[in-house]
Amino acid sequence: MRSRNVPQLGWTLEYIMWVFTRLSGLAMLLLAAFGMTAAFIMGARTQMDLPTLMRWTFFPNPNHVINSDIPDVTAGWANAFWQIMQMLLIFFGVTHGFNGLRVVIEDYVDHSFLRPMLRGLIFLLWLFSIIVAIYVILAS
Amino acid sequence: MTLRRRVWLQGLRYRGGLPMVVWLLHRITGLGILLFVGMHVIAAFFLQQFGNDVAIAITSLYESWPFQIVVYFCVLYHALNGLRVTILDIWPQLLEYQREAIWIQLAIFIPIYGLTIFIMIQNGLIGG
Repeated sequence: MRSRNVPQLGWTLEYIMWVFTRLSGLAMLLLAAFGMTAAFIMGARTQMDLPTLMRWTFFPNPNHVINSDIPDVTAGWANAFWQIMQMLLIFFGVTHGFNGLRVVIEDYVDHSFLRPMLRGLIFLLWLFSIIVAIYVILAS
Repeated sequence: MTLRRRVWLQGLRYRGGLPMVVWLLHRITGLGILLFVGMHVIAAFFLQQFGNDVAIAITSLYESWPFQIVVYFCVLYHALNGLRVTILDIWPQLLEYQREAIWIQLAIFIPIYGLTIFIMIQNGLIGG
């Protein structure tokens, strides 16, 4: 019988991501509440149906409200402020999500050469998703 | 430490009760959201830039109300369960009441989700 490997203490990747998962989860809840409140202030109660309001709450992109009764989407709904909100949501969401995928995968994959390979693959997918999403945000 | 047991088969026999079920659902809904959001971002890119047919098919699937009911379950469940986990992590003394916390979470989740999908199914069947 040999002693158990005790994880290193301090600012390790695991600890940083553990804290980040909690903080980004709370941040996404606040961003969603903020987006929904702002939607109601801008007149969502009479101009939107429920699925449109949900799409806007999850991600405040003008394409998400384009099929509603809002007369002019460019006024209020599509501007730099909401683009920054979208980028924050994308950064928190994509990082939270791909870190979760890493945690789930590392529960089932042992310390072989596969682990660093999968970590690299997840890192590339994370980078690709962030770049593509920011491109879409800036072009919409 | 490496798990060399047959995790899947033992997991089916393991009786963790309600905390195990909510943990399992948290994983499944989390992976579901990652798949949904990842495909949605890529489809949005191809739709916006090239008007791609596959991207249009994926986007119209995402806009259909039965699919939105599934996505809404994943997002709301994952958000509320994650909030419970975060609260219990911030105040570990509350871990003594973790089963009660799960019941409170379900008592919040079921009315919000039920009311929303009631409206969505009603609108979907009428065609609104």
